Amino acid sequence: MRTVHVDEIIKNVKEMCIEANHFLSEDVDAALSCAQKSEKSPLGKQILNQLRENLEIAGDDMIPICQDTGMAVVFLEVGQEVHVEGGLLTDAVNEGVRQGYVEGFLRKSVVKDPFIRENTKDNTPAVIHYDIVAGDKVKITVAPKGFGSENMSRVFMLKPADGMQGVKEAILTAVKDAGPNACPPMVVGVGIGGTFEKCALMAKQALTRPLNIRSQIPYVKEMGEELLEQINKSGIGPGGLGGSTTALAVNINTYPTHIAGLPVAINICCHVNRHCVREI
Amino acid sequence: MDKYITIPFDKETALTLQSGDYVYLTGTMYTARDAAHKRMYETLEQGGELPFDIKDAVIYYMGPSPAREGRPIGSAGPTTSSRMDKYAPTLLDLGQRVMIGKGKRAEAVKDAIVRNGAVYFAAVGGAGALLSKSIISSEVIAYDDLGTEAIRRLEVKNFPAIVVIDSEGNNLYETAINDYKED
Repeated sequence: MRTVHVDEIIKNVKEMCIEANHFLSEDVDAALSCAQKSEKSPLGKQILNQLRENLEIAGDDMIPICQDTGMAVVFLEVGQEVHVEGGLLTDAVNEGVRQGYVEGFLRKSVVKDPFIRENTKDNTPAVIHYDIVAGDKVKITVAPKGFGSENMSRVFMLKPADGMQGVKEAILTAVKDAGPNACPPMVVGVGIGGTFEKCALMAKQALTRPLNIRSQIPYVKEMGEELLEQINKSGIGPGGLGGSTTALAVNINTYPTHIAGLPVAINICCHVNRHCVREI
Repeated sequence: MDKYITIPFDKETALTLQSGDYVYLTGTMYTARDAAHKRMYETLEQGGELPFDIKDAVIYYMGPSPAREGRPIGSAGPTTSSRMDKYAPTLLDLGQRVMIGKGKRAEAVKDAIVRNGAVYFAAVGGAGALLSKSIISSEVIAYDDLGTEAIRRLEVKNFPAIVVIDSEGNNLYETAINDYKED
Protein backbone atom coordinates (compact mmCIF):
# COMPACT_ATOMS: atom_id res chain seq x y z
CA MET A 1 0.00 0.00 0.00
CA ARG A 2 1.12 3.54 -0.78
CA THR A 3 -0.31 6.42 1.16
CA VAL A 4 -1.37 9.63 -0.58
CA HIS A 5 -2.47 12.56 1.56
CA VAL A 6 -5.48 14.58 0.39
CA ASP A 7 -3.40 17.77 0.60
CA GLU A 8 -1.42 16.53 -2.38
CA ILE A 9 -4.64 15.99 -4.34
CA ILE A 10 -5.91 19.47 -3.42
CA LYS A 11 -2.65 21.16 -4.44
CA ASN A 12 -2.46 19.37 -7.79
CA VAL A 13 -6.12 19.87 -8.74
CA LYS A 14 -5.83 23.57 -7.89
CA GLU A 15 -2.74 24.01 -10.05
CA MET A 16 -4.24 21.98 -12.89
CA CYS A 17 -7.43 24.09 -13.01
CA ILE A 18 -5.30 27.21 -13.41
CA GLU A 19 -2.89 25.61 -15.88
CA ALA A 20 -5.62 24.14 -18.10
CA ASN A 21 -7.37 27.51 -18.39
CA HIS A 22 -4.26 29.44 -19.43
CA PHE A 23 -2.20 27.00 -21.49
CA LEU A 24 -3.46 24.60 -24.14
CA SER A 25 -1.68 21.27 -24.44
CA GLU A 26 0.91 20.99 -27.23
CA ASP A 27 -1.24 18.73 -29.42
CA VAL A 28 -4.06 21.31 -29.66
CA ASP A 29 -1.60 24.13 -30.28
CA ALA A 30 0.07 22.09 -33.04
CA ALA A 31 -3.29 21.34 -34.69
CA LEU A 32 -4.20 25.05 -34.68
CA SER A 33 -0.83 25.95 -36.15
CA CYS A 34 -1.31 23.38 -38.91
CA ALA A 35 -4.81 24.74 -39.67
CA GLN A 36 -3.41 28.27 -39.95
CA LYS A 37 -1.36 27.12 -42.93
CA SER A 38 -4.04 25.06 -44.68
CA GLU A 39 -7.11 27.31 -44.21
CA LYS A 40 -8.52 28.46 -47.56
CA SER A 41 -10.68 31.41 -46.47
CA PRO A 42 -8.88 34.75 -45.86
CA LEU A 43 -11.32 35.60 -43.03
CA GLY A 44 -10.89 32.07 -41.66
CA LYS A 45 -7.12 32.52 -41.69
CA GLN A 46 -7.48 35.86 -39.91
CA ILE A 47 -9.61 34.23 -37.20
CA LEU A 48 -7.09 31.40 -36.74
CA ASN A 49 -4.32 34.00 -36.43
CA GLN A 50 -6.36 35.72 -33.73
CA LEU A 51 -6.79 32.42 -31.89
CA ARG A 52 -3.03 31.86 -31.86
CA GLU A 53 -2.47 35.44 -30.71
CA ASN A 54 -5.11 34.87 -28.02
CA LEU A 55 -3.14 31.86 -26.75
CA GLU A 56 0.03 33.93 -26.51
CA ILE A 57 -1.72 36.71 -24.57
CA ALA A 58 -3.38 34.17 -22.26
CA GLY A 59 -0.05 32.60 -21.30
CA ASP A 60 1.99 35.80 -21.12
CA ASP A 61 -0.51 37.91 -19.18
CA MET A 62 -2.27 35.11 -17.28
CA ILE A 63 -5.72 35.89 -18.71
CA PRO A 64 -7.89 32.78 -19.22
CA ILE A 65 -7.92 31.61 -22.86
CA CYS A 66 -11.73 31.84 -22.79
CA GLN A 67 -13.94 33.67 -20.29
CA ASP A 68 -15.98 30.47 -19.94
CA THR A 69 -13.50 28.66 -17.74
CA GLY A 70 -15.95 25.79 -17.67
CA MET A 71 -17.44 23.34 -15.26
CA ALA A 72 -14.52 21.29 -13.91
CA VAL A 73 -14.65 17.72 -15.17
CA VAL A 74 -12.14 15.54 -13.32
CA PHE A 75 -11.16 11.98 -14.19
CA LEU A 76 -9.42 10.03 -11.44
CA GLU A 77 -7.71 6.73 -12.10
CA VAL A 78 -6.93 5.44 -8.63
CA GLY A 79 -4.49 2.56 -8.24
CA GLN A 80 -6.03 -0.11 -6.02
CA GLU A 81 -2.88 -0.13 -3.91
CA VAL A 82 -3.33 3.51 -2.94
CA HIS A 83 -4.57 4.44 0.50
CA VAL A 84 -5.94 7.99 0.76
CA GLU A 85 -5.49 9.68 4.12
CA GLY A 86 -6.53 12.98 5.62
CA GLY A 87 -10.12 13.06 4.37
CA LEU A 88 -12.43 12.10 1.55
CA LEU A 89 -11.02 12.02 -1.98
CA THR A 90 -14.13 13.67 -3.44
CA ASP A 91 -13.91 16.51 -0.91
CA ALA A 92 -10.24 16.96 -1.80
CA VAL A 93 -11.00 17.28 -5.52
CA ASN A 94 -13.72 19.84 -4.85
CA GLU A 95 -11.42 21.78 -2.52
CA GLY A 96 -8.78 21.85 -5.27
CA VAL A 97 -11.35 23.17 -7.74
CA ARG A 98 -12.54 25.78 -5.21
CA GLN A 99 -9.00 27.05 -4.58
CA GLY A 100 -8.07 26.97 -8.26
CA TYR A 101 -11.11 28.95 -9.41
CA VAL A 102 -11.07 31.48 -6.56
CA GLU A 103 -7.31 32.10 -6.37
CA GLY A 104 -6.73 31.73 -10.13
CA PHE A 105 -9.21 34.48 -11.15
CA LEU A 106 -11.30 31.94 -13.08
CA ARG A 107 -15.00 32.49 -13.77
CA LYS A 108 -17.48 30.82 -11.45
CA SER A 109 -20.07 29.34 -13.77
CA VAL A 110 -21.79 26.70 -11.63
CA VAL A 111 -25.32 27.10 -10.24
CA LYS A 112 -26.59 25.18 -7.21
CA ASP A 113 -29.69 23.78 -8.83
CA PRO A 114 -30.86 23.51 -12.45
CA PHE A 115 -34.07 25.40 -11.60
CA ILE A 116 -33.06 27.63 -8.69
CA ARG A 117 -30.06 29.03 -10.52
CA GLU A 118 -28.04 30.47 -7.68
CA ASN A 119 -24.28 30.61 -8.31
CA THR A 120 -22.17 28.53 -5.91
CA LYS A 121 -19.49 31.27 -6.19
CA ASP A 122 -16.54 28.86 -6.20
CA ASN A 123 -17.31 26.73 -9.29
CA THR A 124 -17.95 23.61 -7.19
CA PRO A 125 -19.04 20.92 -7.34
CA ALA A 126 -16.84 19.36 -9.99
CA VAL A 127 -18.11 16.48 -12.11
CA ILE A 128 -15.87 13.60 -11.01
CA HIS A 129 -15.44 10.23 -12.71
CA TYR A 130 -13.56 7.49 -10.82
CA ASP A 131 -11.86 4.44 -12.19
CA ILE A 132 -10.06 1.84 -10.09
CA VAL A 133 -6.91 0.62 -11.85
CA ALA A 134 -3.85 -1.51 -11.10
CA GLY A 135 -0.84 -0.02 -9.30
CA ASP A 136 -0.11 2.51 -6.57
CA LYS A 137 -0.50 5.81 -8.42
CA VAL A 138 -3.31 8.33 -8.85
CA LYS A 139 -3.72 9.74 -12.36
CA ILE A 140 -5.67 12.97 -12.44
CA THR A 141 -7.11 14.56 -15.59
CA VAL A 142 -8.67 18.00 -15.21
CA ALA A 143 -10.77 19.00 -18.22
CA PRO A 144 -12.72 22.26 -17.69
CA LYS A 145 -15.67 22.18 -20.13
CA GLY A 146 -17.26 25.27 -21.60
CA PHE A 147 -20.96 25.14 -22.36
CA GLY A 148 -21.14 26.85 -25.76
CA SER A 149 -20.01 23.56 -27.22
CA GLU A 150 -21.38 21.32 -24.46
CA ASN A 151 -24.89 22.52 -25.35
CA MET A 152 -24.43 21.27 -28.91
CA SER A 153 -23.55 17.70 -27.86
CA ARG A 154 -25.88 14.79 -28.65
CA VAL A 155 -26.71 11.17 -27.85
CA PHE A 156 -28.33 8.95 -30.52
CA MET A 157 -29.67 5.49 -29.66
CA LEU A 158 -29.32 3.94 -33.13
CA LYS A 159 -30.41 0.51 -34.26
CA PRO A 160 -27.83 -2.18 -35.11
CA ALA A 161 -29.17 -2.08 -38.69
CA ASP A 162 -28.09 1.58 -38.96
CA GLY A 163 -24.48 0.37 -38.90
CA MET A 164 -21.42 2.45 -39.56
CA GLN A 165 -23.26 4.62 -42.10
CA GLY A 166 -25.85 5.55 -39.48
CA VAL A 167 -23.11 6.43 -37.00
CA LYS A 168 -21.34 8.66 -39.52
CA GLU A 169 -24.60 10.46 -40.35
CA ALA A 170 -25.31 11.02 -36.64
CA ILE A 171 -21.88 12.58 -36.13
CA LEU A 172 -22.16 14.82 -39.20
CA THR A 173 -25.65 15.92 -38.12
CA ALA A 174 -24.39 16.91 -34.67
CA VAL A 175 -21.46 18.88 -36.13
CA LYS A 176 -23.59 20.69 -38.72
CA ASP A 177 -26.24 21.57 -36.14
CA ALA A 178 -23.52 22.90 -33.84
CA GLY A 179 -22.10 25.14 -36.58
CA PRO A 180 -20.99 28.56 -35.33
CA ASN A 181 -22.44 28.05 -31.83
CA ALA A 182 -19.68 25.65 -30.78
CA CYS A 183 -16.80 28.04 -31.59
CA PRO A 184 -15.22 26.12 -34.46
CA PRO A 185 -12.65 24.83 -35.24
CA MET A 186 -13.97 22.20 -32.88
CA VAL A 187 -12.76 18.90 -31.50
CA VAL A 188 -15.31 16.10 -31.86
CA GLY A 189 -15.31 13.47 -29.12
CA VAL A 190 -17.27 10.34 -30.00
CA GLY A 191 -18.32 7.33 -27.92
CA ILE A 192 -19.82 4.33 -29.72
CA GLY A 193 -21.29 1.29 -27.97
CA GLY A 194 -21.85 0.47 -24.31
CA THR A 195 -25.07 1.84 -22.81
CA PHE A 196 -26.75 5.25 -22.81
CA GLU A 197 -24.42 6.70 -20.15
CA LYS A 198 -21.33 4.74 -21.15
CA CYS A 199 -21.24 6.19 -24.66
CA ALA A 200 -21.59 9.72 -23.28
CA LEU A 201 -18.73 9.15 -20.85
CA MET A 202 -16.55 7.69 -23.63
CA ALA A 203 -17.25 10.75 -25.78
CA LYS A 204 -16.08 13.01 -22.96
CA GLN A 205 -12.97 10.87 -22.40
CA ALA A 206 -12.23 10.97 -26.12
CA LEU A 207 -11.86 14.77 -25.84
CA THR A 208 -9.01 14.33 -23.37
CA ARG A 209 -7.01 12.15 -25.75
CA PRO A 210 -4.15 13.92 -27.58
CA LEU A 211 -5.38 14.97 -31.01
CA ASN A 212 -2.52 13.22 -32.82
CA ILE A 213 -3.30 9.81 -31.31
CA ARG A 214 -5.79 7.78 -33.33
CA SER A 215 -7.79 4.68 -32.44
CA GLN A 216 -5.88 1.38 -32.36
CA ILE A 217 -8.73 -0.31 -34.24
CA PRO A 218 -8.04 0.09 -38.00
CA TYR A 219 -11.66 0.63 -39.13
CA VAL A 220 -12.33 3.09 -36.31
CA LYS A 221 -9.15 5.00 -37.17
CA GLU A 222 -10.22 5.09 -40.81
CA MET A 223 -13.73 6.23 -39.92
CA GLY A 224 -12.32 9.08 -37.79
CA GLU A 225 -10.08 10.28 -40.61
CA GLU A 226 -12.88 10.08 -43.16
CA LEU A 227 -15.24 12.01 -40.88
CA LEU A 228 -12.66 14.74 -40.27
CA GLU A 229 -12.26 15.18 -44.01
CA GLN A 230 -16.03 15.35 -44.53
CA ILE A 231 -16.52 17.79 -41.65
CA ASN A 232 -13.87 20.06 -43.10
CA LYS A 233 -15.71 20.04 -46.43
CA SER A 234 -18.89 21.31 -44.74
CA GLY A 235 -17.81 24.94 -45.26
CA ILE A 236 -18.58 25.98 -41.65
CA GLY A 237 -14.99 27.14 -41.05
CA PRO A 238 -13.32 29.09 -38.21
CA GLY A 239 -15.92 30.96 -36.16
CA GLY A 240 -18.60 29.48 -38.45
CA LEU A 241 -17.80 32.26 -40.91
CA GLY A 242 -16.84 29.99 -43.77
CA GLY A 243 -13.69 28.02 -44.50
CA SER A 244 -11.93 24.69 -44.68
CA THR A 245 -11.12 24.27 -40.97
CA THR A 246 -14.25 23.21 -39.10
CA ALA A 247 -12.72 20.52 -36.87
CA LEU A 248 -9.19 19.84 -35.66
CA ALA A 249 -9.81 16.16 -34.86
CA VAL A 250 -12.44 13.45 -34.49
CA ASN A 251 -11.49 11.29 -31.50
CA ILE A 252 -13.48 8.06 -31.25
CA ASN A 253 -13.73 5.52 -28.41
CA THR A 254 -15.68 2.26 -28.67
CA TYR A 255 -16.94 -0.39 -26.23
CA PRO A 256 -18.90 -3.68 -26.44
CA THR A 257 -22.66 -3.16 -26.54
CA HIS A 258 -26.00 -5.01 -26.38
CA ILE A 259 -27.37 -7.18 -29.23
CA ALA A 260 -30.26 -4.73 -29.61
CA GLY A 261 -28.39 -1.44 -29.62
CA LEU A 262 -25.94 0.96 -31.22
CA PRO A 263 -25.56 3.97 -28.89
CA VAL A 264 -23.57 6.95 -30.20
CA ALA A 265 -22.62 10.06 -28.24
CA ILE A 266 -21.04 13.14 -29.74
CA ASN A 267 -19.43 15.50 -27.26
CA ILE A 268 -18.41 18.65 -29.04
CA CYS A 269 -15.63 20.87 -27.76
CA CYS A 270 -14.48 24.22 -29.08
CA HIS A 271 -10.85 24.85 -30.06
CA VAL A 272 -10.18 25.60 -26.38
CA ASN A 273 -9.92 21.85 -25.77
CA ARG A 274 -8.53 21.95 -22.24
CA HIS A 275 -7.07 18.95 -20.53
CA CYS A 276 -4.26 18.72 -18.05
CA VAL A 277 -2.91 15.37 -16.83
CA ARG A 278 -0.72 14.50 -13.85
CA GLU A 279 0.22 11.28 -12.10
CA ILE A 280 1.02 11.31 -8.42
CA MET B 1 -14.20 45.53 -45.80
CA ASP B 2 -12.60 47.03 -42.66
CA LYS B 3 -14.48 49.88 -41.00
CA TYR B 4 -13.86 51.99 -37.89
CA ILE B 5 -17.04 53.06 -36.11
CA THR B 6 -17.86 55.03 -32.99
CA ILE B 7 -20.65 53.66 -30.79
CA PRO B 8 -23.41 54.19 -29.97
CA PHE B 9 -24.56 54.83 -33.51
CA ASP B 10 -27.98 55.47 -35.06
CA LYS B 11 -30.09 53.68 -37.64
CA GLU B 12 -28.53 55.62 -40.53
CA THR B 13 -25.10 54.20 -39.73
CA ALA B 14 -26.53 50.72 -39.15
CA LEU B 15 -28.00 50.76 -42.64
CA THR B 16 -24.53 51.27 -44.14
CA LEU B 17 -23.14 48.07 -42.60
CA GLN B 18 -23.17 44.91 -44.64
CA SER B 19 -22.93 41.25 -43.76
CA GLY B 20 -19.22 40.33 -43.89
CA ASP B 21 -17.86 43.78 -42.93
CA TYR B 22 -14.99 43.64 -40.44
CA VAL B 23 -15.59 46.47 -37.99
CA TYR B 24 -13.54 48.04 -35.18
CA LEU B 25 -15.87 49.55 -32.59
CA THR B 26 -14.94 52.38 -30.20
CA GLY B 27 -17.18 53.77 -27.47
CA THR B 28 -19.65 52.53 -24.85
CA MET B 29 -21.35 49.14 -24.76
CA TYR B 30 -23.27 47.16 -22.14
CA THR B 31 -22.86 43.53 -21.20
CA ALA B 32 -25.86 41.31 -20.57
CA ARG B 33 -26.35 37.57 -20.88
CA ASP B 34 -28.98 35.01 -19.82
CA ALA B 35 -29.89 36.09 -16.29
CA ALA B 36 -29.66 39.84 -16.99
CA HIS B 37 -31.90 39.48 -20.06
CA LYS B 38 -34.44 37.51 -18.08
CA ARG B 39 -34.50 40.21 -15.41
CA MET B 40 -34.76 43.07 -17.91
CA TYR B 41 -37.61 41.27 -19.66
CA GLU B 42 -39.48 40.74 -16.40
CA THR B 43 -38.90 44.38 -15.45
CA LEU B 44 -40.51 45.49 -18.71
CA GLU B 45 -43.43 43.11 -18.22
CA GLN B 46 -44.06 44.68 -14.82
CA GLY B 47 -43.94 48.16 -16.34
CA GLY B 48 -40.53 49.01 -14.86
CA GLU B 49 -37.56 50.85 -16.39
CA LEU B 50 -34.43 49.28 -17.86
CA PRO B 51 -31.17 50.01 -16.01
CA PHE B 52 -29.66 51.86 -19.02
CA ASP B 53 -30.90 53.83 -22.02
CA ILE B 54 -31.81 51.21 -24.61
CA LYS B 55 -32.06 53.74 -27.49
CA ASP B 56 -29.22 52.95 -29.95
CA ALA B 57 -27.58 50.78 -27.29
CA VAL B 58 -24.95 48.14 -28.02
CA ILE B 59 -25.36 44.96 -25.96
CA TYR B 60 -22.47 42.53 -25.78
CA TYR B 61 -23.50 39.00 -24.76
CA MET B 62 -20.61 38.40 -22.40
CA GLY B 63 -19.83 37.37 -18.82
CA PRO B 64 -16.15 38.01 -18.02
CA SER B 65 -13.75 36.13 -15.81
CA PRO B 66 -12.62 38.17 -12.76
CA ALA B 67 -10.07 40.94 -13.37
CA ARG B 68 -6.62 40.62 -11.88
CA GLU B 69 -5.43 43.63 -9.88
CA GLY B 70 -4.79 46.71 -11.99
CA ARG B 71 -6.72 45.45 -14.99
CA PRO B 72 -10.17 46.58 -16.16
CA ILE B 73 -11.49 43.08 -16.83
CA GLY B 74 -10.55 39.41 -17.17
CA SER B 75 -11.11 37.22 -20.21
CA ALA B 76 -14.01 38.72 -22.18
CA GLY B 77 -15.19 36.80 -25.25
CA PRO B 78 -18.75 36.37 -26.54
CA THR B 79 -21.26 33.80 -25.35
CA THR B 80 -23.79 31.95 -27.56
CA SER B 81 -26.42 34.45 -28.69
CA SER B 82 -29.32 32.06 -29.31
CA ARG B 83 -30.04 31.86 -25.59
CA MET B 84 -31.04 35.54 -25.77
CA ASP B 85 -33.37 35.00 -28.76
CA LYS B 86 -36.46 34.93 -26.55
CA TYR B 87 -35.74 38.46 -25.29
CA ALA B 88 -33.93 40.16 -28.18
CA PRO B 89 -36.93 41.20 -30.38
CA THR B 90 -38.51 43.13 -27.49
CA LEU B 91 -35.29 45.05 -26.85
CA LEU B 92 -34.74 45.73 -30.55
CA ASP B 93 -38.28 47.10 -30.83
CA LEU B 94 -37.44 49.46 -27.96
CA GLY B 95 -34.48 50.84 -29.89
CA GLN B 96 -31.48 48.62 -29.20
CA ARG B 97 -29.22 49.04 -32.22
CA VAL B 98 -26.55 46.37 -31.91
CA MET B 99 -26.11 42.85 -30.54
CA ILE B 100 -22.65 41.29 -30.26
CA GLY B 101 -22.30 37.57 -29.58
CA LYS B 102 -21.64 34.39 -31.48
CA GLY B 103 -23.73 31.76 -33.22
CA LYS B 104 -27.06 31.43 -34.99
CA ARG B 105 -30.17 33.54 -34.34
CA ALA B 106 -33.84 32.70 -34.56
CA GLU B 107 -35.95 33.90 -37.48
CA ALA B 108 -37.85 36.23 -35.11
CA VAL B 109 -34.59 37.97 -34.22
CA LYS B 110 -33.66 38.40 -37.86
CA ASP B 111 -37.10 39.88 -38.53
CA ALA B 112 -36.66 42.32 -35.64
CA ILE B 113 -33.23 43.33 -37.00
CA VAL B 114 -34.74 44.15 -40.40
CA ARG B 115 -37.83 45.84 -38.90
CA ASN B 116 -35.71 48.17 -36.77
CA GLY B 117 -32.58 48.70 -38.84
CA ALA B 118 -30.33 46.94 -36.33
CA VAL B 119 -27.14 44.86 -36.67
CA TYR B 120 -25.92 41.54 -35.27
CA PHE B 121 -22.16 41.23 -34.93
CA ALA B 122 -20.07 38.20 -34.05
CA ALA B 123 -16.91 38.54 -32.01
CA VAL B 124 -14.44 35.67 -32.25
CA GLY B 125 -15.53 32.93 -29.85
CA GLY B 126 -12.81 31.61 -27.60
CA ALA B 127 -10.59 34.65 -27.99
CA GLY B 128 -11.43 36.19 -24.60
CA ALA B 129 -7.85 37.12 -23.68
CA LEU B 130 -7.32 38.94 -26.99
CA LEU B 131 -10.70 40.73 -26.84
CA SER B 132 -10.03 41.89 -23.26
CA LYS B 133 -7.23 44.04 -24.66
CA SER B 134 -9.81 46.22 -26.47
CA ILE B 135 -11.67 46.97 -23.23
CA ILE B 136 -10.43 50.10 -21.50
CA SER B 137 -12.79 50.17 -18.54
CA SER B 138 -15.58 48.15 -17.00
CA GLU B 139 -18.12 49.08 -14.34
CA VAL B 140 -21.04 47.11 -12.95
CA ILE B 141 -24.13 49.32 -13.32
CA ALA B 142 -26.93 46.88 -12.40
CA TYR B 143 -27.78 43.44 -11.02
CA ASP B 144 -24.55 43.16 -9.05
CA ASP B 145 -25.91 40.05 -7.32
CA LEU B 146 -25.67 38.16 -10.63
CA GLY B 147 -21.87 38.07 -10.44
CA THR B 148 -20.40 37.51 -13.90
CA GLU B 149 -23.92 37.97 -15.32
CA ALA B 150 -24.32 41.51 -13.93
CA ILE B 151 -24.80 44.38 -16.38
CA ARG B 152 -21.51 46.19 -17.02
CA ARG B 153 -20.80 49.42 -18.86
CA LEU B 154 -17.70 48.92 -20.99
CA GLU B 155 -15.55 51.50 -22.72
CA VAL B 156 -13.94 49.82 -25.70
CA LYS B 157 -11.34 50.90 -28.24
CA ASN B 158 -11.10 49.24 -31.65
CA PHE B 159 -13.07 46.20 -30.52
CA PRO B 160 -13.02 43.77 -33.48
CA ALA B 161 -16.36 42.38 -34.67
CA ILE B 162 -17.80 40.97 -37.89
CA VAL B 163 -21.24 41.87 -39.26
CA VAL B 164 -23.18 38.58 -39.44
CA ILE B 165 -26.78 39.76 -39.95
CA ASP B 166 -27.16 43.19 -41.51
CA SER B 167 -30.22 45.46 -41.59
CA GLU B 168 -31.41 43.83 -44.82
CA GLY B 169 -31.39 40.40 -43.21
CA ASN B 170 -28.34 39.02 -45.04
CA ASN B 171 -26.74 36.33 -42.90
CA LEU B 172 -23.01 35.62 -43.19
CA TYR B 173 -23.35 32.23 -41.43
CA GLU B 174 -25.56 31.08 -44.29
CA THR B 175 -23.74 32.68 -47.24
CA ALA B 176 -20.12 32.04 -46.18
CA ILE B 177 -20.67 28.33 -45.63
CA ASN B 178 -21.85 27.95 -49.22
CA ASP B 179 -18.68 29.62 -50.48
CA TYR B 180 -16.49 26.93 -48.94
CA LYS B 181 -18.73 23.89 -49.04
CA GLU B 182 -17.34 20.97 -51.09
CA ASP B 183 -19.53 18.08 -52.09
